[in-house]
Amino acid sequence: MPMPSCSVSWNSGDAVSDQFPVGLRVLVVDDDPTCLMILEKMLRNCLYQVTKCNRAEIALSLLRERKNCFDIVLSDVHMPDMDGFKLLEHVGLEMDLPVIMMSADDSKNVVMKGVTHGACDYLIKPVRIEALRNIWQHVVRKRKDVWKDFEQSDIIEDGERKQKPSEDTDFSSSANEGNCRNLKRQKEEEDEEEEDRDDTSTLKKPRVVWSVELHQQFVAAVNQLGIDKAVPKKILDLMNVPGLSRENVASHLQLLHNGNNHLWSTHNCSNLVQKYRLYLKRLSAVSPHHSGLNNPFVDSISSLNGLDLQALAATGQLPAQSIATLQAAAALGRPSTKSGISIPFIDQRNLFSFETPRLRFGEGPQPQSINNNKQINLLHGIPTTMEPKQLANLHQSQPRPQILMNAQAMSNGSQSSSLVTHISQPQSRPQILNDANGNHLSSGIRSGGFARNGEVDENVGAAVYNRVCQPSSMVDFSISHKTDFQGNSFPLGNNSGVSTITSKGVLQEEVNLEMKGSRGFTHSYDIFNELHQQRSHDWELGNVGPTFDASRRGNRQGNINVPPSILVQQQRFSSCQNGVVNRNTSIGNSPNLGQLRDTLLMNNPQIVKAEKLPQASFQNTIFPEQFSQEDLMSALLEQHLRVMISVLSLKFRDVIDRSFQMEDTTSWYAKRHTWRVLTAFVGDSGYELEILSLVRLSSSSR
Amino acid sequence: MEMCQMRVQAFEYKQSLFREGTLDAQFTQLQQLQDESNPDFVAEVVSLFFEDSEKILNDLTRALEQKCIDFKKIDANVHQLKGSSSSVGAQKVKNACITFRNCCEEQNIEGCFTCLQLVKQEYLLVKNKLETLLRMEQQILAAGGAVPMIE
Repeated sequence: MPMPSCSVSWNSGDAVSDQFPVGLRVLVVDDDPTCLMILEKMLRNCLYQVTKCNRAEIALSLLRERKNCFDIVLSDVHMPDMDGFKLLEHVGLEMDLPVIMMSADDSKNVVMKGVTHGACDYLIKPVRIEALRNIWQHVVRKRKDVWKDFEQSDIIEDGERKQKPSEDTDFSSSANEGNCRNLKRQKEEEDEEEEDRDDTSTLKKPRVVWSVELHQQFVAAVNQLGIDKAVPKKILDLMNVPGLSRENVASHLQLLHNGNNHLWSTHNCSNLVQKYRLYLKRLSAVSPHHSGLNNPFVDSISSLNGLDLQALAATGQLPAQSIATLQAAAALGRPSTKSGISIPFIDQRNLFSFETPRLRFGEGPQPQSINNNKQINLLHGIPTTMEPKQLANLHQSQPRPQILMNAQAMSNGSQSSSLVTHISQPQSRPQILNDANGNHLSSGIRSGGFARNGEVDENVGAAVYNRVCQPSSMVDFSISHKTDFQGNSFPLGNNSGVSTITSKGVLQEEVNLEMKGSRGFTHSYDIFNELHQQRSHDWELGNVGPTFDASRRGNRQGNINVPPSILVQQQRFSSCQNGVVNRNTSIGNSPNLGQLRDTLLMNNPQIVKAEKLPQASFQNTIFPEQFSQEDLMSALLEQHLRVMISVLSLKFRDVIDRSFQMEDTTSWYAKRHTWRVLTAFVGDSGYELEILSLVRLSSSSR
Repeated sequence: MEMCQMRVQAFEYKQSLFREGTLDAQFTQLQQLQDESNPDFVAEVVSLFFEDSEKILNDLTRALEQKCIDFKKIDANVHQLKGSSSSVGAQKVKNACITFRNCCEEQNIEGCFTCLQLVKQEYLLVKNKLETLLRMEQQILAAGGAVPMIE
């Protein structure tokens, strides 16, 4: 019988073939050679494609290497090198494949353990062939669940979008945007029609719809009161929202509090994952608009972001502040800024810092100048890893409480240090990458507006960047980076693959920098590339480099004091920037930018002076054709994912730590869900290695 | 006819094994798995079983001879033997393993020794009988006949 090949794919979206379950790809793990041989034969007689393995470790590595080559795993419970339940957990978390446990042990507690650890089924040995004939049902069931979650996420997204109809009107290229948006909406609607609509939201159903703004208000109130003193009544009073009841607030607060043990609900995870996947699919489907930018994407992103934020917020997983940040970002990203971007921007700032109403970067004047370019959306991420004080440098404000998950996770000193340590290792890599890409980029850099480099946000790990000024919620969320999103006009995709250079390298550096005062924005592009190229542990840092939109680069607010270390990185980035840079020629002209630019230039001789940053809005006119929107978009999303992953991985680390101490269902579920999100986001990117290393690190550092 | 005789003999022998509880329905499953693509499947599995079991029995003997008996390890071994014996249909061996596990749980050293002896005994018996049966069936197959199955 042929060995299962990785070319065989069976995507969740594919229709089940008539032949099914013939060809079902089974991995069977059992240390008993007799049983293994019998099982293999039985499975082959069922016309499945069987791979047998007598050691759990080998099975795991097989699964990791050949990610999509298996549909289901059969595993014995008692194995010498690894407990079957551990394997079960790993598979469930990392690969999310259905796992069937087997054992000669039919005692109730063992069977129960299997079930609670997430086994799809538990077979008592001796296994009969009839039992094996039906295992395909578990595969179908699992896929069905995934799609179901997805559908529900669609519904939510649509709802989100509908809440902000006016946001797009301010976009300069509204025509395109409108079209694209409609297109996207149409698609979503179509999808929804095709799929079964389950109206019950997968999220805990709040009695009130917690819109982005509402949640922001909630978060602001909570922060103002202090999380310990935030009681529903007081929050309600502070929020001062008519029609909102104490119960609404109480239940919403409950979500926040529940966040500690249970990271994500399955649905939220799946939502986000599916969202991104669909998003990517749609990106490739929508034709590029060279002039229209990313409007469609913007919308999608913003809606995505909004949704995600909501989802995240609703589950209380994210710390209030981070959610606020994200939402702020999302809100910013939305073109709807009523009176230009500055206003919401400023408001966001308030949320972000909770203490200072000042804009983070170059406050006052900049927003206005930025507003000139309507397309610019500024999103300031929140430094994730930065200790609050560090932010102070930057923002002249009190320490920001709004640390995103990462930051919070990191705030326990040990964690940060460990992160930093990790990060430090890979640093060398980005460099290499950048060098390699140097050729590419140099030309790109010429266009000036390399604000991007200047934007290194040291604090964070990752700046996710929205191409379209979308403050990708993910971005903020994960990284609390300050990310400036500039007009979306720059498609970020890098044809040359540069775009994919994620800030892995950057991140790391940034992370190192993290503790240094002000941070600039991270460079998205570089990050992408690096990430892609070296999916390595850089990632573990959980700092996803900020990704930026080319447009964002323009927005670099000069007030960022880019520390030299960052700049060093920037050099790298600059090399990577290339196409991106070109696009960014129209980097904002805010004074901050100039400042930033100067700093950048100082340190990065290769960066071409961006003197001529045109005041003009970021139009796509500058875009070189080589970069398609799709590329940029995927790069952006990729970055988002990275950020997300980093954030999650940090959080996951907490969970892992906790769960290792207590072997119970809750923690297992928490772990599992985190894994699901992580891996889902990671998808086929291969970042799972990073996640795993992160896991190992966390477990070893316990 | 010799063929007929052989087949009857094999059939009756097999039947007796089932009747006395040496083999159970799982063995039939094994035989049913055998087909043209794997004509020696049963023989292969059975020999694997023998190899594996002997190894485990040796480990068990050694474990029980230790000063400090590791019951967990013994239990794990017995469990494995239980699994493999049940997979090939060696019912008596499986039952002996179950008893052995109980002794392990109780940490009853004497009981464990006794159980080990019992398991070894049953193992040798089934080994013998299976070898005989398979030999018979091989002869039938070699002579071009079909192995009689017990439904």
